[in-house]
Amino acid sequence: MTGGPAGSEPRQAGPAPVPEPRPDPVEEYRDAVRGREVSLVDLLDRLLGTGVVVSGSLTLGIAGVDLVRVDLRALLSSVNDGVPSPWRGGGLL
Amino acid sequence: MNAELRYAYAVAPPGLPPLPEGLRGVAGTVPRALEHAGLTAVVGTVPADDFAEQPLRAHLEDLDWLAETARAHQAVVDALTEVTTPLPLRLATVHHDDDSVRRSLEADREELAGTLDRLAGRVEWGVKVYAETDRAQRRAAPAASPSAAGAAPEGGARSPADAAPGSGRAYLRRRMRAVSDRESALDEAENTGRTLHAALAAYAEDVRLHPPQDPRLSGASGQNLLNAAYLVPREGAGRFVERAEQLGAHDPVVRVEVTGPWAPYSFVAPASGRGRHAGGAAAEASS
Repeated sequence: MTGGPAGSEPRQAGPAPVPEPRPDPVEEYRDAVRGREVSLVDLLDRLLGTGVVVSGSLTLGIAGVDLVRVDLRALLSSVNDGVPSPWRGGGLL
Repeated sequence: MNAELRYAYAVAPPGLPPLPEGLRGVAGTVPRALEHAGLTAVVGTVPADDFAEQPLRAHLEDLDWLAETARAHQAVVDALTEVTTPLPLRLATVHHDDDSVRRSLEADREELAGTLDRLAGRVEWGVKVYAETDRAQRRAAPAASPSAAGAAPEGGARSPADAAPGSGRAYLRRRMRAVSDRESALDEAENTGRTLHAALAAYAEDVRLHPPQDPRLSGASGQNLLNAAYLVPREGAGRFVERAEQLGAHDPVVRVEVTGPWAPYSFVAPASGRGRHAGGAAAEASS
């Protein structure tokens, strides 16, 4: 098996591996990357700022919530409008 | 009034495999599949005491509650991502009952089915690039600091041209050097960031840029230059992560953070270049 990610399960050394079904690459990397808990900011960035808003739900959606007490509105990148160029020179690339 | 409401996590294609036993969602409840109109909604039954509009509004102001709910929501979406490509719903999507979930599926059926088709078999990777300018400064200017380990002992051999550390001129010189070190470190980090983004974008089917994260919130060191999401076929996942890690590894002023695989959160909105809708719920209603 080539280049398994660090931290994946130890594989048995020994006789030539029987061609077994390849593990799902996403699964294989999930553990490597998700070794630590996803940070709350990353989580909220996605959960509050993206995701489908279906019609007919009871809630107004997070946009209707002040989020003042936890001081999130100003800080969370995803609920703020506009994405400036990440580079000082402007332009994406 | 119902004492129970339905919390909806995600919409998935029909024929969802059974969810792992022991999986718990928000409020510690068991998520289940609700098939309708050629779609599957994954829902849980939650107490109205917490999830009706008023209490929910109050709860969302409580960071601990918000964090716990977000993690529980994500646990379900993660479990779904292992077996399918779910469309995650916005956090705290609540309906009265199963019927009102079904009505939502029906109302948005075309759009939901279209988005599921578009995203099937893909996952999202988050990549953040930080400029570690402090690190660069420490590397470049240890001698500039009088308190550095190499400082001359007891006012010993100090070059007269290098005025006393406390003097205004020496201070100014140190400041200017620090600023220019920082500037060139930023330049370097940006160059690496651009190269990395270009290379990763070539692997990805689609890209969304999120605004950089505020360090006051993330607690991360360094300046967040790039905060991007890449849509990648599941088969390409391994190569993508390897590439991202390689590309950042050679440059000491850059730190690269990869998160994922996420359900394709950032790509549920088709609008190019913008991963979100401006106005919340009303904006989404299909004509």
